[in-house]
Amino acid sequence: MKQIASVNDFVVKFANVNGSGSASANELFAKSILRMGVPVSPRNIFPSNIQGLPTWYEVRVTEKGHLGRRGGVDFMVAMNPQTWNADVKEIEPGGYLFYDNSKSLPSSKFREDITVIGMPLTEISNTTYAEARERQLMKNIIYLGALSFLLGIEAEAIEKLFGEQYKGKERLLDSNKKALHLGRDYAEQHLPAIGLKVERRDAVGDRIFVEGNSAAALGCVYGGATVCAWYPITPSSSVAEGFTKWCQKFRVDADTGKHKFAIVQAEDELASIGMVVGAGWNGARAFTATSGPGISLMQEFIGLAYFAEIPVTIIDVQRGGPSTGMPTRTQQSDVLSCAYASHGDTKHVLLFPEDPKECFEMSATALDLADRLQTPIFVLTDLDIGMNQRLCKPFEWDDKRQHDRGKVMTEAELEAGKEFGRYLDVDGDGIPFRTYPGTHATKGAYFTRGTSKDRYAKYSEAGPDYVENMQRLLRKFETAKDLVPQPITANASKKTKLGVIFYGSTSPAMAEAMELLEADHVHIDTLRVRAFPFSSAVEDFIEAHEQVFVVEQNRDAQLRGLLVNELNIDPAKLIPVLHYDGTPITARFIVKEISQTASTLNVTPLRKTVRGDSAE
Amino acid sequence: MTYIAKPKLHHPTLVVNNVGYTRRDYEGTVSTLCAGCGHDSISAAIIQACWELDIEPHRVAKLSGIGCSSKTPTYFLGNSHGFNTVHGRMPSVLTGANLANSELIYLGVSGDGDSASIGLGQFAHVMRRGVNMTYIVENNGVYGLTKGQFSATADQGSKSKRGVVNSDSPIDLASLALQLGATFVGRSFSGDKQQLVPLIKAAIAHQGAAFIDVISPCVAFNNHAGSTKSYDHVREHNEAVNRLDFMPKREEITVQYPEGEVTTVQQHDGSYLLLRKLDKNYDASNRIAAMNYIQERQAAGEVVTGLLYLDEEPEDLHAHLNTASGAFNQLNTAELCPGAGALEKLNASLR
Ligand SMILES: Cc1ncc(C[n+]2csc(CCOP(=O)(O)OP(=O)(O)O)c2C)c(N)n1
Ligand code: SF4
Ligand SMILES: [Mg+2]
Repeated sequence: MKQIASVNDFVVKFANVNGSGSASANELFAKSILRMGVPVSPRNIFPSNIQGLPTWYEVRVTEKGHLGRRGGVDFMVAMNPQTWNADVKEIEPGGYLFYDNSKSLPSSKFREDITVIGMPLTEISNTTYAEARERQLMKNIIYLGALSFLLGIEAEAIEKLFGEQYKGKERLLDSNKKALHLGRDYAEQHLPAIGLKVERRDAVGDRIFVEGNSAAALGCVYGGATVCAWYPITPSSSVAEGFTKWCQKFRVDADTGKHKFAIVQAEDELASIGMVVGAGWNGARAFTATSGPGISLMQEFIGLAYFAEIPVTIIDVQRGGPSTGMPTRTQQSDVLSCAYASHGDTKHVLLFPEDPKECFEMSATALDLADRLQTPIFVLTDLDIGMNQRLCKPFEWDDKRQHDRGKVMTEAELEAGKEFGRYLDVDGDGIPFRTYPGTHATKGAYFTRGTSKDRYAKYSEAGPDYVENMQRLLRKFETAKDLVPQPITANASKKTKLGVIFYGSTSPAMAEAMELLEADHVHIDTLRVRAFPFSSAVEDFIEAHEQVFVVEQNRDAQLRGLLVNELNIDPAKLIPVLHYDGTPITARFIVKEISQTASTLNVTPLRKTVRGDSAE
Repeated sequence: MTYIAKPKLHHPTLVVNNVGYTRRDYEGTVSTLCAGCGHDSISAAIIQACWELDIEPHRVAKLSGIGCSSKTPTYFLGNSHGFNTVHGRMPSVLTGANLANSELIYLGVSGDGDSASIGLGQFAHVMRRGVNMTYIVENNGVYGLTKGQFSATADQGSKSKRGVVNSDSPIDLASLALQLGATFVGRSFSGDKQQLVPLIKAAIAHQGAAFIDVISPCVAFNNHAGSTKSYDHVREHNEAVNRLDFMPKREEITVQYPEGEVTTVQQHDGSYLLLRKLDKNYDASNRIAAMNYIQERQAAGEVVTGLLYLDEEPEDLHAHLNTASGAFNQLNTAELCPGAGALEKLNASLR
């Protein structure tokens, strides 16, 4: 049997039982590799409805920095008897199976084409520790120790992490160190050498390792959000929880102890969006975080905010739909239900962050845009970036940056006699002035309603008033095109008639796929859409290519539909590449799909990949 | 803010109050409701109460849902910001508005369909949270705006204009508000201005969740024999437990009442409520007793009105959340954004 051999480029998967305390050991594993200067990309996999509460943690070790999911498993840490069969099956031929052999298993439970590494974890732990919970927790650290030895991870890197985690808790620090070395020593004395290795590099740089939801929450703090109303739903809850945590850190008045924020866990999503609408109307910067089912419930209010022109920020951490769908799996399937949310003619601004860095930036930007455009702004992230720690560029903030409060008429301006019409387009950009409630004793008050009205906010069912208002809303949407984050393009090494459009969490898989395709002499220019409405750069890109792939993580090619509909593109020009089984899209998938189609298109010379014919 | 005090004239609507406004300054546009609709009397009572309370109109935010009742905020306080939200969801919008600025006065106006049918959930939760507001339901037992279907407050056995008998149990919003923790609960009748105006004043002065259920007959769809929300029926079955006089802080209490008949309650803003008992056994400071009494009289077909319950020490949502007072919209970037330095430190902790 040929063992898989690789340095700094392999996939380790941990199969655990929920609640066994494995999460922290697994995270230590990933972080220790980062500390050795080698990028990793971990993913939590946690089905919501399978008995025995299994969870998985999949770590891609990738010196080249390919942070997308790779697919396949080289080394399986099988700690959950209930998922054993499937876990063993998933290992690549030549791969490794690490398991607890305290109890012996029949040979039928194993495979011939993999290396099996048994270690009596329970036995070691039970003979060393007396108390049940400690036995459980230390078992995790013992396997971490064994793995670190097998893979060549430096003990010092892990010990340093222990030191940071248990600062001032010497007893915990010592017992963790002890367990780590129990594992390492056992591995050294009893376990076979393996072909997978981690070697120190300098490939991480100043990047940070953080979850997108926490980053989005931080973006809301930096962006000046003061009101957050939410209703718990996976995978978005940690946005509101993160906001609570950051506000405790940054927004409690040092002198008075009073909060410069208000967070309400509402009774449902109707109430959470209602509160955000009320707060936005009253001049606070407000947001809610939710996922698909919440978006469905919020529809009526989103239409009100669109038509009455109220700033609202909605962070939608997408999961698998429709209905309850796959609540703990990732997808990009709320694009259309957000773009055209609510009845009647509506369209909304969408932002598509690619990673936690952009979750931070775009959440702050969304709050600015909501005030500037006086309309709902959606940040469309997803479970893959929201609930996993992802390596990304450090957060940045320019202290010169001021929150953009948009067009707000002040008491002084009203007093000076400046004309105020709530829905009056004074300068052609479609955006009217508003006043905060309570501004002036006799001027600037108006009645906000979801019914049609004239420029001065008076109820009106007159056709011309209605049409004028709807046209102004379209002008406003035009204005938005230049204000939203612009797309990012990258040219292939050779001039090409092929293009590919993608967005959001697809980014790292796409970058890797492009390297592979280039190596295979398939040349494709890329454009990453970062917002809707689409700016002219998107139109130009499609115009400049004969065929354009649109890569997305949903069944119905939702972004492609939006491109066809909004830019009047000939559908034949846009080829859908769709990955929607709930797992994050992979470079392997993109390469396969695109090469197949590209060869039939016959627009670029194609060579079949020959084994060993790698450009690297 | 500036305004010019208007000259004092003798026409009653032109007399100025202590903040320099005439009663007309508290009016809105001309009502488009049916002549005789109870809702218009409630608007008039709100105008009277705000004028008498010396509230500056622009310091009030008035919010409503959808329905004839919810339309009425256009007909009063024309210089206040108003928000006609969506059907049944005014409570959440009011909650959000209140979170954003603790310094305005929040007035929620709704209908029985809006609050007891489609919006029962939000009604319940806004009371639970103790949002500092005055919440008035203009209760006519029907959906006026959609032409007379029964609402969830229609009494069992009451008859629609077309002769259909309602078989569903009614929801009593006052009882619900009591159960859910509202700290001020009253009930009145649109036809009894003497009772309604002081109740509204006391509710506005109350610094917590104040709810008033106002029976407000719909002359178009629910004012016939067989209806329990008609003018005649309510007049016949109205059982007031007390009479309320509202005393703003400045005024001395000069009137002498025979002992035992009147309780004086001081509110947090310094105002006084003089509560004259009509039913000597009724205790408006006892939540459980109030609930029992209302249920008991309701079973006997009577409508209990007056100040049903008052918590003298209310706590509101802001107190629960420990929020800084004032308007969040006045906080600037420097006050809200931790800045680049803090971010650098944070980045370092994420490596
Ligand atoms: C979501 C939704 N469903 C239905 C309606 C139609 N609708 C408008 S007002 C109303 C009932 C209002 O009844 P109530 O609150 O008692 O007010 P009233 O007109 O009796 O004062 C209904 C059902 C609506 N506006 N929105
Ligand atoms: S329909 Fe009824 S509730 Fe509506 S305005 Fe007429 S009387 Fe009032
Ligand atoms: Mg009604």
